[in-house]
Amino acid sequence: MKRLAKWRLISVFAILSLILSGCGEPFLSTLRPAGEVADIQYDLMKLSTLIMVGVILVVMVIFFIVLIKFRRKDEKIPKQVEGSHKLEIIWTTIPILLLLLLAVPTVSATFKLADVSPMDKKDSDALVINVRSNLYWWEFEYPGQKIVTSQDLVVPTDEKVYFNLISSDVKHSFWIPAVGGKLDTNTENVNKFWLEFDSAKAEEAGDLFYGKCAELCGPSHALMDFKVKTMDRDDFDNWVANMKDVKEPAKADTALAQEGQEIFNKSCISCHAVTPTNATPPEARLAPNLSNFGERSRIAGVLDHNEEELKNWIRTPEKYKPGNLMTGKYPELSEDQLDALTEYLMGLKVQE
Amino acid sequence: MSTYAQKKGFGATLWDYLTTVDHKKIAILYLIAGGFFFVVGGLEAVFIRIQLAVPNNDFVSAGLFNEIITMHGTTMIFLAAMPLVFAFMNAVMPLQIGARDVAFPFVNALGFWLFFFGGVFLNLSWFFDGAPDAGWTSYASLAMASKGHGVDFYVLGLQISGIGTLIGGINFLVTIINMRAPGMTYMRMPLFTWSTFVTSALILFAFPPLTVGLVLMMFDRMFGSNFFEASMGGNTVIWEHLFWIFGHPEVYILVLPAFGIFSEIFAMFSRKRLFGYSSMVFATVLIGFLGFMVWAHHMFTTGLGPVANAIFAVATMAIGVPTGIKIFNWLLTMWGGSVKFTTPMHYAVAFIPSFVAGGVTGVMLAAAAADYQYHDTYFVVAHFHYVIVGGVVFAILAGTHLYWPKMFGTMLNETLGKITFWLFFIGFHMTFFIQHFLGLWGMPRRVFTYLPGQGFETSNLISSLGAVFMSLGVIVLLYNVIMTSVKNERVGNDPWGDGRTLEWSLPSPPPFYNFKQLPLVRGLDAYWLEKMEGKKGMTPAEPLGDIHMPNASFLPFVIAFGLFVAAFGALFNMDDKAWSVPVIIIGLLITFGAMFLRSVKDDHGFHIHKEELMEDDNDKGVKA
Repeated sequence: MKRLAKWRLISVFAILSLILSGCGEPFLSTLRPAGEVADIQYDLMKLSTLIMVGVILVVMVIFFIVLIKFRRKDEKIPKQVEGSHKLEIIWTTIPILLLLLLAVPTVSATFKLADVSPMDKKDSDALVINVRSNLYWWEFEYPGQKIVTSQDLVVPTDEKVYFNLISSDVKHSFWIPAVGGKLDTNTENVNKFWLEFDSAKAEEAGDLFYGKCAELCGPSHALMDFKVKTMDRDDFDNWVANMKDVKEPAKADTALAQEGQEIFNKSCISCHAVTPTNATPPEARLAPNLSNFGERSRIAGVLDHNEEELKNWIRTPEKYKPGNLMTGKYPELSEDQLDALTEYLMGLKVQE
Repeated sequence: MSTYAQKKGFGATLWDYLTTVDHKKIAILYLIAGGFFFVVGGLEAVFIRIQLAVPNNDFVSAGLFNEIITMHGTTMIFLAAMPLVFAFMNAVMPLQIGARDVAFPFVNALGFWLFFFGGVFLNLSWFFDGAPDAGWTSYASLAMASKGHGVDFYVLGLQISGIGTLIGGINFLVTIINMRAPGMTYMRMPLFTWSTFVTSALILFAFPPLTVGLVLMMFDRMFGSNFFEASMGGNTVIWEHLFWIFGHPEVYILVLPAFGIFSEIFAMFSRKRLFGYSSMVFATVLIGFLGFMVWAHHMFTTGLGPVANAIFAVATMAIGVPTGIKIFNWLLTMWGGSVKFTTPMHYAVAFIPSFVAGGVTGVMLAAAAADYQYHDTYFVVAHFHYVIVGGVVFAILAGTHLYWPKMFGTMLNETLGKITFWLFFIGFHMTFFIQHFLGLWGMPRRVFTYLPGQGFETSNLISSLGAVFMSLGVIVLLYNVIMTSVKNERVGNDPWGDGRTLEWSLPSPPPFYNFKQLPLVRGLDAYWLEKMEGKKGMTPAEPLGDIHMPNASFLPFVIAFGLFVAAFGALFNMDDKAWSVPVIIIGLLITFGAMFLRSVKDDHGFHIHKEELMEDDNDKGVKA
């Protein structure tokens, strides 16, 4: 069994170097917690890992003693031992105590993370966001502010943000790994929870966290990403004010963009809204709201935000997000029309 | 099996196996069918790892990837792990309790053929318009939205094979309760028999909820009912409950027999009786019981609320206690023993750290608030592969090497066995250890690809390389099986030399009636006790007399085949094909006709006479 021991040693070094090599990306990893919820969860992870490493050590010590000491050397028949009550009691009670040590903080954290009572209070100034998941995009409605956006969630830092979650079609799951998670968006009921975004950690992550869909929802499940833009409360209020200013579709300023707007109004507007104060009932919003499209961080959640990728996307959405519901909903566009539409869409901005 | 082929010709052998009701031959059928599906599921796993080896890969398309992961999970659980476990139960359990066969040999054969046709039906989906693509859990909202017939194949195929599993479980229960040899009390039963007993009880209670769920889904898809249609007042969370009320016990249905096999191996190759036998039995029963109390830990993020989540979190942690008891008892079995590192013992020894790793991540996952981060990520993928591969697959591979001589009368090559072990062991840890971290770094599970720049590249490549080692291990095993069968060196009753339980007191393979005279069991490890007193075999508990045996029958095959035909009709009935209704009727006629025939035709079996048994003394085992 020397080979085994050697291999174990190597694997221990491999594990150590892995741990040292980093805890993942600051904008994505649960091991770089960037808010109260993720902190609570990270603490629980550390506690459980600590207890479990203790258990593993005890097992491994006995394991290696056995492997080294009790190899068959001769044909002698060892003593047939029935068992030991003392040992049985020890290895029943100690695990129970260890589990209690873990169970108490688990239960308390579970209740804490589920506490959404400020949402229901009247005149509460808590920020509430309605998240609606769709194949394969996310809509974020701010009911208190009466604005709607999609794909890029905008939140203020250092305060609790409350979420109502529901799905329009199949079950998805709303997850921002670095900030905490996760909760499913069911088709039949609204799920509620809260998150908090830490300003210092957000800065480390470039004020942009990655969000993911965590429940298998179809071919493009892997591509159902969203982004979270964090800003301080003043900037956030400012952003809300700017969004609310857009009462009707913004007029395009260049001639090319105007041409694009005409195409948009003919082919796209039946699904895509371009005003954030969208009065359509939530179930009838068929596609992402594009009011601030020019300020988004990605195209369709996954492609780089530039004109070339936008054109690629509009040409063949199926290639970039298989199974999406946009394919085939609009007539084919010529390259000139694409140029115009791109110019128009990229100009959709609410902030100066 | 090659001996039969040489002596009887292929056609006769085939007919023999199609009609057999002998538990030992049914075990071989389970082993072959389960082994085949294991290779199929393994290939699907390899495709998954190829696709994920590099970011933005286009080895398979997104839709096809979802079909592959669905079929990988479904095949491995229902069509590979379960039948392989059933193979060892069939091969060994009746021998361990000193029985001549199971209680209902006909039903035993029927159970196999139902599983087999259900599995074939499910896999034929690849050749029609696509395999199921809603995950092995087939969550209702996605399954209902799934186009094509994939999900219908899943629903119908699993119903058919589920009936097979259920009647198999009932059969084992009755066998263990009623057919133990004189002196074989419950507390003298080998641990593998105990785990078969508890597992069968779990099957009895776990499969009906799955069947209920499948039937409701079949009604939704075939007849337009709305059990899972939220807009019509249905509720998809009910599917999640039904599925996991089955799904969690299913984990224990797989892993308890694995515990049983390892318990046998630890005792055998340490030359010591199992440490703390009665607490091992108690722990097995307790795990089985608690296994039904924890299903909602698969649904912590569904939004059941903090009360349910907290209760299920604590209940789940509780399972860690009996499992821990088992681990320590195994270690203490080896302590003070005389440990010989045969191939099965390699797997048993490797199982301890691997399974402990899977177990501790299980406790971590039980912490509900932290699970919100782990749920549906690669952390979970790593966890359940540590439990299922590190526990169940290791046990199946160990059992294959351990029981091969008892099933086929010849030993698998030990050197090749150890090469398989090392390749598989290294590959397994290389593939799955890193996946814990992928999950923590934010990689969701069931993704067909991932974008560069998220820190997932290197780790995924390492994981995929690990799969290469595992595949090589399986190839060496297949080579070993072929070489061993060709050489066909016959072995005696107790080829490992360390046998403790009744099966090792019989020739390898045992004669078709197993025990000429039922043995007298004088304690735990009955054969070992006799050996230690210098006796060669068991003391008989009865005088030599006629043995009553069941007749072979083709009807189990026909009954299962009828359902297979009817399922095709049902499937295409959804497309309003005119021929579908006649096909359903023909299929059901075949099934019920065969059942009717079975009911009205008296079949009293036959007797082996005393004189024949005495003649057999000279060439025992070979004739079988």
